[in-house]
Amino acid sequence: MITTHNIDFYYGDFHALKNISMEMDANTVTALIGPSGCGKSTFLRLFNRMNDLIDNTRLVGECLIDGQNIYSKSVQVDELRKKVGMVFQKPNPFPKSIFENVAYGLRVNDISNKSFITQRVEESLKAAALWDEVKDKLKKSAFELSGGQQQRLCIARALAISPSILLMDEPASALDPISTSKIEELIYSLKQQYTIVIVTHNMQQAARVSDRTGFFMLGELVEFNDTKKMFLSPEKEQTQNYITGRFG
Amino acid sequence: MGLLVVAILLGILGFIVYNGIGVISWEFLTAAPTEGMTSGGIFPAIVGTLCLVVGSMTFAFPFGVMSAIYMNEYAGNGQVVKFIRVMTNNLSGIPSIVFGLFGMALFVNTLNFGDSILAGSLTLGLLILPLIIRTTEEALKAIPDSYRTGSLALGASKLQTIRRVVLPMAFPNIITGLILAIGRVSGETAPILFTVAAYFLPKLPSGIFDQVMALPYHLYVIVTSGTDIEASRPIAYGTALVLIAMVLVLNLLAATLRRYFGKKIKTN
Repeated sequence: MITTHNIDFYYGDFHALKNISMEMDANTVTALIGPSGCGKSTFLRLFNRMNDLIDNTRLVGECLIDGQNIYSKSVQVDELRKKVGMVFQKPNPFPKSIFENVAYGLRVNDISNKSFITQRVEESLKAAALWDEVKDKLKKSAFELSGGQQQRLCIARALAISPSILLMDEPASALDPISTSKIEELIYSLKQQYTIVIVTHNMQQAARVSDRTGFFMLGELVEFNDTKKMFLSPEKEQTQNYITGRFG
Repeated sequence: MGLLVVAILLGILGFIVYNGIGVISWEFLTAAPTEGMTSGGIFPAIVGTLCLVVGSMTFAFPFGVMSAIYMNEYAGNGQVVKFIRVMTNNLSGIPSIVFGLFGMALFVNTLNFGDSILAGSLTLGLLILPLIIRTTEEALKAIPDSYRTGSLALGASKLQTIRRVVLPMAFPNIITGLILAIGRVSGETAPILFTVAAYFLPKLPSGIFDQVMALPYHLYVIVTSGTDIEASRPIAYGTALVLIAMVLVLNLLAATLRRYFGKKIKTN
């Protein structure tokens, strides 16, 4: 479970997130929507502390995962990132073999048991619905896969280290419709085991895959509600305008 | 314009080959100079140059690569790094003879290494350091950040990310820097003048504190201050040809390595 209390976030002087409080339950899919620059990706990147990599940023407020403040001094960032996996907008497999891509997270965790790695790679590729397509060419370069396959490989790579939360930053925006629908089916099936937070530009996608949706604008959380309710009868006029395509 | 450059290059190469090929023989490559360097071979100079290439790279390559990793991956973009970068560029602008003088003052005299492979290698190493740092930095810069964030997001540490993702990807380009450096080092004369090169030393070095002959210096000697300059002219062209051929072979070797590693990264 992810909880944020009164989060404010700054890039230098720019106030990117304003007083955001949200709760995301385990084994649900939460979609974050909103126009470009609204802060939804910044918000997503709080949960695995990827914003730490950017200079001159400042965070105020609390961000809890399973009750623990992930920004407290006792939290080790690399341990946190093993619990909170992430899939990026553009597929970014390493220039290694398909097998080694999935095994990467295990290897950097000093796991060297061969049969365990082999088993884990197979499980992860199956969970990412990619196994049948690649089982005969695990030693081939990941770059030989199509964009959609590469993205599923990146999902498998994230799953291999058994995270409990999966963050997805517009995971299908660089993909064709068929690959997109595969990713969406995958998100639906992964919900059984993982808590998923997905940032998307595509409102139909948010409507299809998520249980709850948060609408961001200009750094504020305008509305956060059950996805069905959000798309059928939003409480705020701004939300209504955005999802009906009147702006954004 | 491009064709003109090619024509000039081919002209020089052709001139050297035409004049030098006559003296090339097994004996020329494997024997020491005889009769006041007007006949015999250039074997000690070949070995000397190889020693200096290996010596200077042993020093400059790890040091340069590590500096570049620090500057590109760790140091951020503060004033200190900018200062280091400017200084590195300045360093590469210093005439090589000044490096020679500095090497003599520091390594030969102050540190008491004497005229030796060690002193010469360190001097050449200093000379080549900026080039290695810059090419390595460019190689690291060319790796998109998405690979770094991808690795960090999997819980890898910064060091693991550099060792397992960034360096293997940058390796072919780093090797290119090494090729350039080797070519430069094997042809440099000024830095070795006062630090290692022997006028005439027909035996092979037995350790890093020995002097050696070196191809560029040998060429300089027999063209300008040999015992019989006219008589040793063919040997001069032969020496130039061997020097060029050696650089070419080293480059081919490095290019093969580069291709080999380039392939290995993708499938491993």
